Amino acid sequence: MKKTICAIIAAALIISLFCMTGFGSSNTEVSELRGQYSKEFAGTTLNIFNWGEYISDGAEGSLDVIGAFEKLTGIKVNYTTYESNEAMYAKLKSGSVAYDIIIPSDYMIHRMQRENMLLEVDTSKISNYDLIDKKYMSAYYDEQNKYSVPYNVGMVGLIYNTKMVQEKPTGWDVMWDERYKGQILNFDNSRDAFAIAQFLLGIDVNTTNKADWDAAAAKLMEQNPLLQGRVMDEVFNKMESGNAAIAPYYAGDYLTMADVNPDLDFIFPKEGTNIFVDAMCIPKSSQNYEAALMFINFMLEPEVALANAEFICYATPNTAVIEHEDYSLKGNPFLYPENADEIKTEYYYDLDDETRTYFESLWEKVIVN
Amino acid sequence: MNKKSVNLFLNAPYVVWAVLFIIVPLIFVAYYAFTTADGVFTFSNIATFFTSDTYMTVFWRSMLYAFWATAISLIIGYPFAYCMTKLGAPGQRMMMLLVMLPMLMNLIVRTYSWQQILERNGLINTLFSSLGLPAVQFLGNGAVIVFGMVYNYLPFMILPIYSVMSKLDNSLIEASNDLGCNVFGTMRRIIFPMSLPGILSGITMVFVPCVSTFYISRQFSDGNIKMIGDIIEDKFYRSSVPDYNIGATISLVLMVIILISLAIANKFSDDGVESGGVII
Amino acid sequence: MKTLRHVFLGAVLLLLYAPIFVMIVFSFNSANSTSIFEGFSLRWYENLFLYGGDLFDALRNTLTLALLSSVVSTVLGTVTAVGIFKMRSKYLKSTVMSVTNIPMMNPEVVTGISMMLMFVFIGRILNVANSVNFATILIAHITFCLPYVILNVLPKLKQTDEHLTEAAMDLGCSPFQAFFKAVLPSITPGIIVGFIMSFTLSLDDFVISYFTNGTYQTLPLLIYSMTRKPMKPDVYALESIMFIIILVLMILLNIIQSDDNKAKGVRK
Repeated sequence: MKKTICAIIAAALIISLFCMTGFGSSNTEVSELRGQYSKEFAGTTLNIFNWGEYISDGAEGSLDVIGAFEKLTGIKVNYTTYESNEAMYAKLKSGSVAYDIIIPSDYMIHRMQRENMLLEVDTSKISNYDLIDKKYMSAYYDEQNKYSVPYNVGMVGLIYNTKMVQEKPTGWDVMWDERYKGQILNFDNSRDAFAIAQFLLGIDVNTTNKADWDAAAAKLMEQNPLLQGRVMDEVFNKMESGNAAIAPYYAGDYLTMADVNPDLDFIFPKEGTNIFVDAMCIPKSSQNYEAALMFINFMLEPEVALANAEFICYATPNTAVIEHEDYSLKGNPFLYPENADEIKTEYYYDLDDETRTYFESLWEKVIVN
Repeated sequence: MNKKSVNLFLNAPYVVWAVLFIIVPLIFVAYYAFTTADGVFTFSNIATFFTSDTYMTVFWRSMLYAFWATAISLIIGYPFAYCMTKLGAPGQRMMMLLVMLPMLMNLIVRTYSWQQILERNGLINTLFSSLGLPAVQFLGNGAVIVFGMVYNYLPFMILPIYSVMSKLDNSLIEASNDLGCNVFGTMRRIIFPMSLPGILSGITMVFVPCVSTFYISRQFSDGNIKMIGDIIEDKFYRSSVPDYNIGATISLVLMVIILISLAIANKFSDDGVESGGVII
Repeated sequence: MKTLRHVFLGAVLLLLYAPIFVMIVFSFNSANSTSIFEGFSLRWYENLFLYGGDLFDALRNTLTLALLSSVVSTVLGTVTAVGIFKMRSKYLKSTVMSVTNIPMMNPEVVTGISMMLMFVFIGRILNVANSVNFATILIAHITFCLPYVILNVLPKLKQTDEHLTEAAMDLGCSPFQAFFKAVLPSITPGIIVGFIMSFTLSLDDFVISYFTNGTYQTLPLLIYSMTRKPMKPDVYALESIMFIIILVLMILLNIIQSDDNKAKGVRK
């Protein structure tokens, strides 16, 4: 008898857990739409693979972009995230999931296109395509604008805590400063980490000379004893709470961190830094091409793009957002620096297989020792 | 229906399942380990693994950390199990529950929570500074990874030892006491030898997940210290030049070493496996 | 000596529960922080139920998966346990038992990767678009749950009287009836324990899911992707609720088991 009661309570608890899943609504209202959206693909699914926290997700009342798209079109979105271009590439290469939308950075787009992993994007079906600033089109990785639709642009810079760093740094060399031993962070991905050493040493970030990569690797190894850690998005926690003093990261993310911790400051190092474009692409594996186009168009909608730009805090290539009166980051000195011409910037290029394999094996040595 | 066909009917589904989803996947690991990216048979992956300084460093590091974690778990877990047996029956059941419960909580949230406690500006250091003590950098080194493993896998040590100890015949202990053994003598001559199967089972249940761990090490060391599990993950999911062959090779080596040590451990304790007592 | 023992037990428990304690306390934090406590509030619980759509979607996925995998593994595992119990050949028995132990003893990373490799390989041959999907994560979960069911039912079978089935059949039962009427009731506690263990293991699994999920987002995987950025206390709120539910489930399980032990004591 007692057993039965117990079993009933247990079952009731499990059922109540299920009931809980009905909770949680979000703001899915988009008042004004430029493009045409139909329900013709209702019931189909769209697999979207994006960077973590790289879309307005409805947190605390912001626009739930995915939810709004689902509501508008009846398409079911499977949304998953990755933490680096490399991780995204690895997952895609395995061929285990047929993604319909990915948002890689420039050099990765270049590589995937060369490896024949992308479909051409039919821009004639993207009515909002005209909103994209021409300055971000026809870039080296996609000269004919065939494979990618720009989503965000950004630059890497140096974030430091003014309470913990005595004098305002000017360049990457501060990351090798003995005084800040144990308070320095670096990237946990090969390309970004190498680039810092390369800028500091005055080496081209796109070099194919092995000796150059050796030199950069040696420089990174020199830094190892000074590092607190190697992080990607963990940097937010570390910098916001003052657990680390110096970290390189993306300018847009600095704004998010500075909101929480006003002691943080940001510079574009004098030796130069990386500039990047993250763009929406449709991989070869896509099973729902037309719906993917619809999604890209939706992401370019002024209201949606504005919500994303406000949420992510990266610079946007969408002119409708830049001109929008509600855009709070308009003219922000970290996103749209006035002296942009004075900042030395470099795009990463995709490198040949041999160089890539070589520097990845060097990277493995750097992180292990 | 005769007995034989009933038996077949009962066993066939599982045998098919086990072959398809336990044996065949392992064959795939071996296949990738012994082929090149083009599918040609080779020993070069194995050779690469054993001759590479990088992999060997990581390999021995993982072994060392797992060894320490297991040793510390045993040092804490054994007396813990012993103390448990001294409680009354309801107390023992309560303790079992309390030891198992943390294991059922999300590993990731627990690890994250520890990070908040141990951070440079975390809860412990806040406490230290309010007491006027200097801040301590807890995260980012090998010791904290070992700590993380001990924390996570300690229940796997406690439960099997307890389950063997709780079945010990009390009259044996009394007899030993009557025959003039002191507490330590009884411990050494009776309790310890009789709880050996539990100890072995605990050691394997802690060592195996420790040596192959990949999330705890990354979080607790701030990405500073890579373990073998991290390297395997990198090879499949994080590298811009994913290499399934090397990844599978490392997995295979790890698996073979573990299965061999388990076989040895099983030789010492033929009890554990079938009784099921080790698990709950 | 006794107090010393209690202090030791308490100290170790404190270590085990420290992060859970911190989690529950900070789920009631009025500030948006998991490290600085500014005051008591229910803000994050409110936030969770208002905006926690993603978390609840993932929770639903997790529960669906856990329920399906534990039901299938319980049924299959029980049938198998009976089958293994009836096996005559010692050699065959030990082979099956060894294979059963593999998923339990193999490192989780290896189990996850081995399955991923197989599914991807087969997917490529059959030219399937999503070779890793809900079905594969379900298969993976069933596979690692099965041993726990088998190993919990087998000992119960051994405890039942061998002649029980024969007696029932002598009284006119068919073999199936004999099983359901005579054997099943006595192994039910083992089945329930196996089921609940499977359910909780599946609920909490991260490593194997990580390699076999495809786009099927479970709660541990979602939280994994959230912990990279500073996590909001609403995740703590959700986990605190789940902690309470699991706690109650375990207590119920405990009652069922102790009841069972008592019954056995009487019979002896």
